[in-house]
Parts: sequence; C-alpha cells; structure tokens
Amino acid sequence: MTAPKDPADWTAYVIRIRDHRDRAAFAAVFAHFAPRVKGFLMGSGASESLAEECAQEVMATLWHKAHLFDPKRAAVSTWIYTIARNKRIDAIRKQRRPEPEDLPWGPEADPAPEDAIALQQETERLKTALDTLPETQRALIQSAYFGDQTHTQIALDTGLPLGTIKSRLRLALERLRHAMQ
Amino acid sequence: MTKIEHHLSEQMLMAHAAGTLPEAFDVLIATHISLCDTCRVLLETYETLGGAVLDAGEECAMGSDALTATLARIEAAPADVPARPRIRDAVFPAPLRDYVGGDADAVRWRPLGGGVRQARLKTAGGATLRLLNIPAGTAVPDHGHRGTELTLVLQGAFRDADDRFARGDVETANADLHHHPVAEAGVDCICLAATDAPLKFDGLIQRIAQPFLGI
Repeated sequence: MTAPKDPADWTAYVIRIRDHRDRAAFAAVFAHFAPRVKGFLMGSGASESLAEECAQEVMATLWHKAHLFDPKRAAVSTWIYTIARNKRIDAIRKQRRPEPEDLPWGPEADPAPEDAIALQQETERLKTALDTLPETQRALIQSAYFGDQTHTQIALDTGLPLGTIKSRLRLALERLRHAMQ
Repeated sequence: MTKIEHHLSEQMLMAHAAGTLPEAFDVLIATHISLCDTCRVLLETYETLGGAVLDAGEECAMGSDALTATLARIEAAPADVPARPRIRDAVFPAPLRDYVGGDADAVRWRPLGGGVRQARLKTAGGATLRLLNIPAGTAVPDHGHRGTELTLVLQGAFRDADDRFARGDVETANADLHHHPVAEAGVDCICLAATDAPLKFDGLIQRIAQPFLGI
C-alpha cells in the first residue's frame, strides 16, 4: 500500500488501522510520517538514536490510540503532531503534558462525513498557505514549533532582536490568516 | 455555566500548542481549556498549524528495520490506558485533579497570612504552580511581578481594578502590571496561579517572609 494521491486520504488509512488493525495501512502511514516525526525531534535537539526510538514510540502510540482518532476534530497530520509533541515534552524535556478534559458532550459516535472532509480540506489549505509564505516567515513559524525554543532562544539563533522576532511571527500568522480567508 | 470573559492570549495558546512552556503554565492552560471552548478551538487551530509544519518539515530516514521494530513494540505494549473518570460538578477540571490527587476537598492548604491559604503543586520546568484560597471579601496582598503570572478562577470571583474574574476567567499579569485582586463577597475564591518568576510583595513583612513561605 503506497501513499494516497490526495493527502486528505490519510484519514481513511488511520480509520482502517482503527477498525481493522490493518498492517498495510499502518506501513503506509509509517513510511510517510515516521521520518517526519524523526526530523521534527532531531530539529528539537534530540540525538539521532533518541529521535529514532521516540519516532517508533510515536507510531506505536498511533496504533494503540487509533480508537481515539476523530476525523471530525483533527487531520491525521495534526493528530500525529500532538503525539510527537507530547513525546518530545515527555522524553526530551522531562515534563508531564497535562491534557484538557474532553468536551462535556463527548466524542460523537458517528461524525458527519462532510464535517470530516471540510476539516481535511481546511488543513490542506493551511499547508498550502504555509508553503506560499516568504522563506523567512515560514522559517520563523517552523522554529516556533520545532525547537524546544522560546522567542528568546530564536533570537539567539538568528541574531535578530526579540521585538523583531515577535513582530515578524505576528506578521507571518496574519498572512496565514489572510490566505485562509 | 457563566460566560467566560477573560481568555488566554493567542501567544500563550500557540506556545502551548508548540509545547514550549514550563509545565506549570501547561497545567493552567489545560485546566482553562477544559472550561473554555473558545480557547479550545484556537488551540486546535495552532495544533493544525503544527501538523502542517510537521508535514512540510525535513524528513530523516528511519533505520532499515524500524517498521518491524515498531510492530514488535506494538505487540509488547499494553493495549491502552483507561479513560479518566468523569466527576459531575467537580470544582477542579480533570487536568488539575491529576496534579492535586483529587478535587478541591483534597487540597492540603497552608496559611499565607490574612486568612489567605495556598498549596504549591509540584511541576517541572522552572515555573511555579499554586492554588490560592482567598476568603470572601478579602484582598490578596498587593504584589507586582518580575515575570508573567496567569491566574485562573475555579470558584467564587475576584475583582481587580475595573475587571471581574469568575470561574473559568484568566487574568494575565506581566512585569508592568501591579495588581490588587479582591475576592467578592459570597463564597471563598479559589484560584490557580502559574508564575515564571518569584512574586514581589510590597509589604516588608511579606518581603521578609517570602523565602520561607515559598511563594
């Protein structure tokens, strides 16, 4: 099983993992996302061996928690990102990650398929918008997420004054917002 | 539920989505989001952006046997952790209960003077997290900040200058804000406060006592 033509179809793969414990679907998701998770963790300062181990654990968590995946609330890339981020906090920063309580009305058993499709499309648009940002702005957003970095640390890395970083990041987010409208 | 008027800043939500905050702030934010759908939606938006950044980011090749090793991990690991029990009408949302070890009646309070009581909660990452219990009608000692302090109301309400903060509301105080919260009459006000630097109290006694009280 290879990667889907339409990136939004990752949802169908995870649902096959969720409902049928489908190893071929898992292998395809693994081939696409595991190297990205590893790159993300190395970008946050993990050694290659730690990043490899954590990326494997992130993908194993995806398998075990597949029943919690709700395509109406998150795209597959979003969901994997949150698992990878939590793994980074846990394994690299040695902190716990408190999770909010679920919405009082709980996950709906049978989400309307059109809601899930709309969410996947929005996520794709956001990715396209991110691609069209000028390089410096995209890099700032990336380092805000990638590194175990505060704005202060980004300032040290780039040699830019803190105020400049904050205003550029704000500008980048404004442009993203504009592109999404 | 009353309407939440005072929310988290987008900057705070983005940093929480990015996972770059000290644990004390993460606990407070997760607790607020358990009560506030507006901030939950914004957080999920910033997590979606995180997913887009991950998907567009650099790949680093996995080891040649990584898939096999991962499937072995899956076989070996316990299937799942049980979901948290939902408690009806709890004062503390679930993420805070995890840190307290129970709801409001499980807190081990220590006196802070003037009838105000506090309880420190253990977190990592260089910021402090504490619960405050302010008797109805009482003022919290006037204090400024070296860093950022977030205060989330869980029970009762307090007033600070022209603003009123009730259950679910967050007050964000920075180094330049010198605030003077006063608990409203009625029930005692219980707040969760996260600070990334020690507080600066104005009173001499409090300044001397500060290192001993651990505030």
